[in-house]
This record gives sequence, structure tokens and C-alpha cells, in this order.
Amino acid sequence: MYIVVVGGGKVGYYLAKELLEAGHELVILEKNASRARQISDELGSIVLNRDGCEGKHLAEAGANRAAIVAAVTGDDEDNLVVCQMAKHHFDVPKTIARVNNPRNEDLFKHLGVNEIISPTRMVLAAVEQDIPVHELLHLAQLKGGEMELVEAQITEGSPALGRKSTDIELPEGSSLFLLLRGSQVHQVRADTVFQAGDKVLAVAKGDAGEDVLRRELIGDVEPARTAS
Amino acid sequence: MRTVIVGCGRVGAGLAERLAREGHDVTVIDTNTEAFSRLEPDFPGQAIRADGTDEDVLRRVGTDTADWFFALTEGDNRNAFAAQMASETFGVKNVVAKVNDPVRAEAYTQLGLATICRTRLLVDALGQYAGLAPDKGASGVRQVERHHDHLDPEAVPAGAGHPSH
Repeated sequence: MYIVVVGGGKVGYYLAKELLEAGHELVILEKNASRARQISDELGSIVLNRDGCEGKHLAEAGANRAAIVAAVTGDDEDNLVVCQMAKHHFDVPKTIARVNNPRNEDLFKHLGVNEIISPTRMVLAAVEQDIPVHELLHLAQLKGGEMELVEAQITEGSPALGRKSTDIELPEGSSLFLLLRGSQVHQVRADTVFQAGDKVLAVAKGDAGEDVLRRELIGDVEPARTAS
Repeated sequence: MRTVIVGCGRVGAGLAERLAREGHDVTVIDTNTEAFSRLEPDFPGQAIRADGTDEDVLRRVGTDTADWFFALTEGDNRNAFAAQMASETFGVKNVVAKVNDPVRAEAYTQLGLATICRTRLLVDALGQYAGLAPDKGASGVRQVERHHDHLDPEAVPAGAGHPSH
């Protein structure tokens, strides 16, 4: 399979190395001359010292017969341009982009990039595994901080599980008002029964209000440092 | 008219000044505060130091309610990126990207983005000065209509049937 790799940084270099070992045919486009020389010293003459964002350089690299173009530079905007050129000008069947800012993922997908790799997202996911979900999430301050808009997730261990909203006693000024269940949003009514996975939006008045909400909706809070 | 301009270089600053003085509500964004020295001290719009290719930044400056969006930084790719974010993510109707590389400008024009290519404009102007016939495709902002991914071979200058301010 013929693969064009744009960007000869660490990702591009190791990617090329692995692909070569697996017997694929490839070329790396790297615009920095000294970096390009360094890679060709190590991997052989598979490097073009060109800016892969330009159509004529992609043409020179044989993008029109490539099965895959992988844009793995450190700049999201460059990676998008490479994939768009590859897709729309060279009819490359599969484009792969490295996306550094996770917020750009949707735009890349929307604009037709086939595969999106986000190292930031991967590390983030690994970090989030160690963040206890059993906490109140503070969403916004109301009335100058007097009240707080919070979100609580109902889990298997929540005291509120299987109970009706009216069975949960809250101090004055605090209230439960919205329920996020799956992709639906419901108002919390008197007959609402909480299920595992529900997210409840509530207003808490002061620390006392928060303490009650935490105790009733979440239960025992695990220590924040669970990573060993 | 609300206008967002990314890049406060000579072109960005010049356009920001003119539009703001004509009554547009202008926000100009640049990553470098020194760039704002190109604006007059009494510039009637807003100048914000931020990265104009960052979705959060564009949301904060109210790109979703902008009537016009101009991507005018020195980087062609950055401009193409910011412009597509403005049109695709924020639904801005009138979006222009400055793309100085003629090949890339043509490519993005064919993808439906309105582009302006300084290189082609200057070559055309100087060519005409030297007695050459005008390059029809070089004039101003260029845009093609997208018809179900079928691309028009001839890109036409934007303007006709386009909302004016």
C-alpha cells in the first residue's frame, strides 16, 4: 500500500519507521530541510523536503496513487489543509489527521477527514479515569455566589437511587430542577424516580445546601487522589 | 453589521478601520498585541488578543452572530482553517479567507470558500500596467457556488447577488 505522510516530527518519523518495517511503500513530506536530511539519513531516501500543504508538492509525492494520506504535523490548520487537498484534488480514499486541539475534532469530521487521531484526547481520557466522578460539578454561580448551579451524577451507590424526588429533603433555597437521562432532558417532577446514569441539575444555597445535595444524591465521596 | 476580522496586519487593520468608521460593529483578533498599534488610537471597534483559529475564542467574540468574517493573517492555512470554522461551525454567511498561494487559493475557491489572493491580484495589476490583458479570475474576492459537490470549472468574482452592507 502506498502511503503519503505529511510531517516528519516524532509522530511522522516513528509512523514511517513502523510502516516501512511492515513492508509498505511510503514517502514523508517534511518542510524543514535539516529535519528532512536527518530522517533520510536514518530511514533512507523516502523524504521529500517539501511543504505538504501545497498541491504541487502532494502531486510530486504521488498523492494521486496513494491509498492513504496521513497529516501528522503539530499544526491543526496544516493537517486540515493537507487532508482537504488530498481528498478533493487527488481523490485519496482515506485521509488521516492528527488533531491537537480536541475542540477541532468535529470540524475535521464535518469537513470530510476520514480518521482523526487526537493525542490530547487520549491523554485526557486516561487522566479522567482517575478523576472521581462522585463529586458535585459546579456549573455556575448565581446571585453573586450566594447560590450555585451544580450537577450530580446518580450512580449505583447513590442514596437517591430508586427514590422519588419528593422523598429527598433539601434545605430551603436548594432545589432539583432538571434531569438529563440519555439524550433527553426532563424537568424534575414530584414523581420523578432517579435511575443510575441520571445527571441531575440542582441549585444549592450555600455550603450547607451543597453538603445535603452531595449526601443525598452522591453519597460517600471517594478521596480525590485515587491514583497509586 | 457585526464583523469579525482575524489578523491585524496591514490588511486586517486597514479593513477594520474602514468598516468600523462606516458603522460596522468590528472585532479584530490577533495573537500579537503589537499588531494593534496599526489601528488608530480612536479605533471605534474592539481589539482582542487571542488565537483566532481557536473555537472557544471565536465563540467568545460572538462569531455565531457575525454578518461578516474575514481571515486575514499571514498564514494561508490558518486563514483557510479559521474561515471554514466560521462558516461550518458558526454558520457565518459571508466569510472570506486571504490565501496568498495561488494554487491553494484556487483549491479553496473550488471547495466553496470565498478567497482573495494577493499574489494573483498584484500580478494582474502589474501585468495590466505593463500592457497585458486583465486576468478575469484575479479580480477581488472569488467564490463559486457549490452544486452537490459538482464544481464549476470557471470561478467567478463574488459580488453579484451577494448581500451588500
